[in-house]
Amino acid sequence: MPDRTYLRVRADMPPGHVRTPAYLRGKTGWIERELGEFPNPEERAYGHPGQNSPLLRVRFTMGELWGAGAENPDDTLDAEIYGHWLQAAEPPHAP
Amino acid sequence: MPHDHLSPSGHPYRKDDDHPLTYWQQMEIAVRELLVEKGVTTPADIAAEIDAMDSRSPANGAAVVARAWTDPTFRKALLKDASAATRAMGFDIGALHLIAVENTADIHNIIVCTLCSCYPRNLLGLPPDWYKSRAYRSRTVREPRKILAEFGVTLPQTTTIRVHDSTADMRYVVIPARPAGTDDWSEQQLANLVTRDSMIGTGLPKTPGA
Repeated sequence: MPDRTYLRVRADMPPGHVRTPAYLRGKTGWIERELGEFPNPEERAYGHPGQNSPLLRVRFTMGELWGAGAENPDDTLDAEIYGHWLQAAEPPHAP
Repeated sequence: MPHDHLSPSGHPYRKDDDHPLTYWQQMEIAVRELLVEKGVTTPADIAAEIDAMDSRSPANGAAVVARAWTDPTFRKALLKDASAATRAMGFDIGALHLIAVENTADIHNIIVCTLCSCYPRNLLGLPPDWYKSRAYRSRTVREPRKILAEFGVTLPQTTTIRVHDSTADMRYVVIPARPAGTDDWSEQQLANLVTRDSMIGTGLPKTPGA
C-alpha cells in the first residue's frame, strides 16, 4: 500500500476527440503499470502525427468512482490514461 | 399504380434492406471506392483482409488459455507480455498490444470498452454484438456484479471484481481459472472448455461433464 503512486485525472471537459472517459475525470487512483509512450490520440484524430505521451494503467476503487452507489467499494476499475491527463495526488481518504 | 409495387413474379416488392443506408455506411462505400479508383488498395486486398479477419476465432484464445493452464513458463511469459507470448505461440496478431489478466480464487476480471468497442480481434475474432451495445459499455463500469449475474455468473462479495476499461492502445484477454477435475486433461481437451465469454470475463469456462 505505501508504495502506491497516486494520481488524479484532470477534471477538464475539453471539446474534441478525447480518450479519457468522463466518468474518471477528477477521480484519484494509483499506477497499476506503465505502458510506455504512445502517440496522443487527441492530435491524431485531426490528422496530426501525434506527439508521444506516456500511457499508464491507473487503478481506481469502485468506492472512489461511485461513492455510496458502488456495488462493492473494494472492486476496482483499471483504465489506460495518457500522462498529460494525470497529476500527482494524495491517497483518497478512507471512506 | 399498385402494380408498381409488385415484383416480376407478382409478389409484393420488398427491398433487400428495411432501411436506407446510414450516413457512415455511405461514407464507407464512398471512401472504399475512391481508394480503389486511386490505386491505394484493390478489391482483392480488401477481400483478403476480410478473409483473414473471418479466420480468427475464439479458438485461438482458447488455445492460449489452455497452454497457460498447462505450461507454467508460458503462463508467466503471457502475464508479463501477452503480445510476445501469443506471437511466439504462432498467432499472427499484427501490431496488437495485448494484456492478459488472470482470474484466481479471489479475483474475477471483466473487460469492457466504454468509449467504443475495442476488442482483441486479432486474437479472438470479431466481438459479439452485445459487447458493442451502449448498455453493456455503460453498465459494466458501474454495476459489474449485476451484469455478471445477467450473464449467469454470481460471485461472492469476497471475490474482488476487476473491471478493465480498454480506453487506449491496449487490448485485453481474461485467463479464466482452470476448472476443477481436469488435472489429467490434455491441452486440447482443456481448450474445448474455454468459451469466448470466459475470455471477456462475462462467463466461466465449461466444467468437465457439462
